Amino acid sequence: MFGLSALFLARFQFAFTVGFHIVFPAFSIGLAAYLAVLEGLWLKTGRSAYLDLFKYWLKIFSVVFAMGVVSGLVMSYEFGTNWSQFSQKAGPILGPMLAYEVMTAFFLEAGFLGVMMFGLNRVGKGLHFGATCMVSIGTLISMTWILASNSWMQTPQGYIIDEATGRFLPGNWWQIIFNPSFPFRLVHMGLAAFLSVAFIVAGVAGWHLLKARREDRQASEQVRLMFSMAMWMAAIVAPVQFLAGDTQGLNTLEYQPAKIAAMEGDWESEGRAPEILFGIPDMENETTHYKVQIPLLGSLILTHSLDGKVPGLKDYPKDLRPYSPLLFFSFRIMIALGSLMVLVGLWSLFLRWKGSLYDNALLHRVALWMSPAGFIALLCGWITTEVGRQPYTVYGLLKTSDSVSEIALPSMATSMIAFVIVYFIVFTGGITILLRSFAQEPHSGEEGPSEHEPHMSAGTTQVSHHPHNAGLAE
Amino acid sequence: MTESAAFWLPVVWAVLAASAIFLYVILDGFDLGIGVLFLKERDHDHRNVMVNTVAPVWDGNETWMIFGGAALYGVFPVAYGTILPALYLPILFMLLALILRGVSFEFRFKMKSARSQLFWDASFCGGSIVAAFMQGVILGTLVQGIPVQNNVFVGTSLDWVTPFALFCGAAVTIGYALLGSTWLIWRCEGELQDTMRRVSYTLAGLMLLTIVAVSVWTPQLHTTYMQHWLEWPQLALVLPVPVAVVAVAGALFLGLRNRKSHLLPFISTLGLFFLCFSGLGINVWPYIVPPTITIWQASSPPSSQAFVLFGAMFLLPVILGYTIYSYYVFRGKVTAEHHYH
Repeated sequence: MFGLSALFLARFQFAFTVGFHIVFPAFSIGLAAYLAVLEGLWLKTGRSAYLDLFKYWLKIFSVVFAMGVVSGLVMSYEFGTNWSQFSQKAGPILGPMLAYEVMTAFFLEAGFLGVMMFGLNRVGKGLHFGATCMVSIGTLISMTWILASNSWMQTPQGYIIDEATGRFLPGNWWQIIFNPSFPFRLVHMGLAAFLSVAFIVAGVAGWHLLKARREDRQASEQVRLMFSMAMWMAAIVAPVQFLAGDTQGLNTLEYQPAKIAAMEGDWESEGRAPEILFGIPDMENETTHYKVQIPLLGSLILTHSLDGKVPGLKDYPKDLRPYSPLLFFSFRIMIALGSLMVLVGLWSLFLRWKGSLYDNALLHRVALWMSPAGFIALLCGWITTEVGRQPYTVYGLLKTSDSVSEIALPSMATSMIAFVIVYFIVFTGGITILLRSFAQEPHSGEEGPSEHEPHMSAGTTQVSHHPHNAGLAE
Repeated sequence: MTESAAFWLPVVWAVLAASAIFLYVILDGFDLGIGVLFLKERDHDHRNVMVNTVAPVWDGNETWMIFGGAALYGVFPVAYGTILPALYLPILFMLLALILRGVSFEFRFKMKSARSQLFWDASFCGGSIVAAFMQGVILGTLVQGIPVQNNVFVGTSLDWVTPFALFCGAAVTIGYALLGSTWLIWRCEGELQDTMRRVSYTLAGLMLLTIVAVSVWTPQLHTTYMQHWLEWPQLALVLPVPVAVVAVAGALFLGLRNRKSHLLPFISTLGLFFLCFSGLGINVWPYIVPPTITIWQASSPPSSQAFVLFGAMFLLPVILGYTIYSYYVFRGKVTAEHHYH
C-alpha cells in the first residue's frame, strides 16, 4: 500500500501509540463509572460487599489510570512531532478543543484521583463519594471532547478556510463541536467503554466461579455479586449498542459513503444489494474474491429498505478509496464479537430466570474467554472508522500526505524502535500486574490501595490499618 | 477592536502559557527530583516514604504538561508545529522517560519479589533523570534558537546536541534534584530528613554555579539577548533579577543550616526557579520560537484564542482550587509504613 517512507512510519507510529492508549481511557471510563455505582450502592444499602468490590476494583483502577495518563501524554505531543502540518492547519480548531478537554476533564480526574485512591479514611464518606463521582464525570467529559474533535475530522463543519495560509479557522464553535457524526460516535464509544469493562468484570468473576467449583466450595458473595452486575450490563447494554452502531452506520452512509463501500467490500453502486458475509477485497483488481453473500441484505442493513442504493468503491477515484481489505475484516470482527456479547447477555437472562446463573460452568467459561471481547471489538471499531477516513485527516479537505511533519526517516525509525521497546516493558509490566490482581479473589474486608497509603502525622483521624478493620465496612 | 484583540490576546496567552509551564516545572520538578534522589537514597523504606509524599498528587502534576501541549496546540499552533519537529528526539526521549517513571510509581508497590522491585526502582530513577535532562535540553535548544523558514523547521534532527543545550540539561536535572530534596526536608522527618539536608547543601551549591554559567552564556547566543543587558530601559527590568538571586540563595542556605526550619529551603528553591524562569523569559521575549517567530506570528486567530481564554478564566481558578484542596487533604509529615511490615 505504501513503501517504508517517513509517512508510513509516522502513521504506523501514531496508530501503534493510539492503539495502546485507547484501551486505557476506555477502561478508565467504564471502570470509573462502575466504581461510582459500587460506592453509591454501598452508601445507599450499607451492604459491605459493595465496598469490598469498590476497593478491589480501585486497585485495578490505579494501574489502568496511570497507563492511560502516561500513554495519553505522548498523544498530546505526537500531533506536533508527527503531524506538524496538520497541527498548524487544524490547530486553531482542534487545539482549543483539546485545551478544553484538559481544563474540564484531565485536571478534574487527576485532582480528585488522590482523594479517591487514598482518601477514604481522611475525608468523610460523602466527600469521598463526591471525589469518585468527579473522577467518573471527568472521564466522561474527556470522552466528549475527544470525540467532538475526532468527529470534526470525520465530518467537518463550522470552519472557514484562510486563503493565505490554508488554515482552518473557527467560524461557528457550536457547529464545530456538534458536527453531524458527533452524537452518534459519542454514544457508540461510551457504550463500548461500559461494555468492555463489563466483560472484563464478567471474565474475572467467571474465573473465580470456575476456581471455586474446582475447589468444591462456593465462590465469595463478592464474586457472585460482580458476575451478576456484569451480566445485567451485557443483557441490557449489548443490544442497545447494536442499535447505536446501526444509527452510526446510517450517519456514515450519509456523510462518508466511500467508507461504507470499503467496509462492505462493495465495488459497484447498486440498489437491492447483497450483504457479503465473507470475501477478500482486492484493491488492485477492483473486486472482492471468494464472496459468500446473502441477497438483498446489504440494502436492508445499510438503508433499512430492500431496494435502497448502496455505494460502491468504483464511484471514487482510485487514490481516494479507503483500504478495503483491512476495513472489511475489522468491521466484521467487531460485528461478530458484538453479536456474541448480545447472545451472552440473553443467555444470562435465561439462566437467571432458571436460577442457575452461578452454577452454569459453561457460561462462566464463556465469560472468561470473552473477557477481552469488548476491547477487541472497540479496537476493531476504531480501526474501521480511522482507516476508513483515509486518505484524509480532515475528511474531504486535508490529505494525510499533506499533514505529516518533515521528519527524516532515521529519526522516525529510531523513535519507533524506542517506542516499541518502552511500550513492551511498560505494558507487559502493567498487564502482568493486572492479571495478578485479577487472580486474587475479592473477599470481605478488602483492603484497597491503602496498602501504601501515605501516613501523615497531621490531618484527620487515622483509622488503624489492620486488614480486617471494619471501621468503614459497617 | 479586533486590532487590539489581535495584539493583546497573544500577550495574555503568552503570560498564561508561561505560568502553566512554570507551574508544571515546579510541581513535576519536585517529583522528578525525588526520582533523581533515588541515586543517593538506597534504603527501601526511605524510598517508599519519598514516593509516598507525592503519590496522591503526581497525576495532577503531570497534567500541567498535557495542558502546556494542548494550549500550545490551540493558541500558538505555529510554535507547536515548528518546535515539536525541531525537538523531535529530545521530546520523544522525555515522553518515553515520563512513561517509564510514571508507571514505575504504581508498579514498584505492587511487586512481590525484591528483584522486580529493584527493576522498577531503577526505571523510576532512570526515567526521572532522562526526563529532567531532556527538559533542560529542550529549554536550552529553544533559547539558543531554532532555524525556521516559512513556518517549517529547516534544521537537522541533531541540532539539540550542543554544549549549551546539554549544559542546560544537566542544570535542570540538578535544579529538580534540589527541589526534590528540599521538598523532602519539608515533608519528612528523622534520618531521611537529615540525609536530604546534607544532599541539599551540595545541590544548592551546584545549582548556583549553573545559574551563573547560564546567565553569562545566554546573552552571548544572540544579539537581541545581549541588548536586554546593555541598553536602558531594558536593563532596569533585568537588573533586579541577579540581585534577587543572591538574596534568595542566602535564605536557602540559612534555611538549610537552621535545623528547626523545614519549609524555608523549599520556598527559597521555588524562588530561585521563579527568578531563573523569569530571567529567561525576559531574554527571549517577545519570541516564542527564537530567533524568528514572535508570539503574534505564532498565534491562532483571535476567535480561537478568545474561545479558550473564556473557558480558562473560569476553569483555571477552579482547577487551582481543587488542586490546593488535594494537597491540603494529604498535608503533614509522611512517615515510614512500619504498620504493614
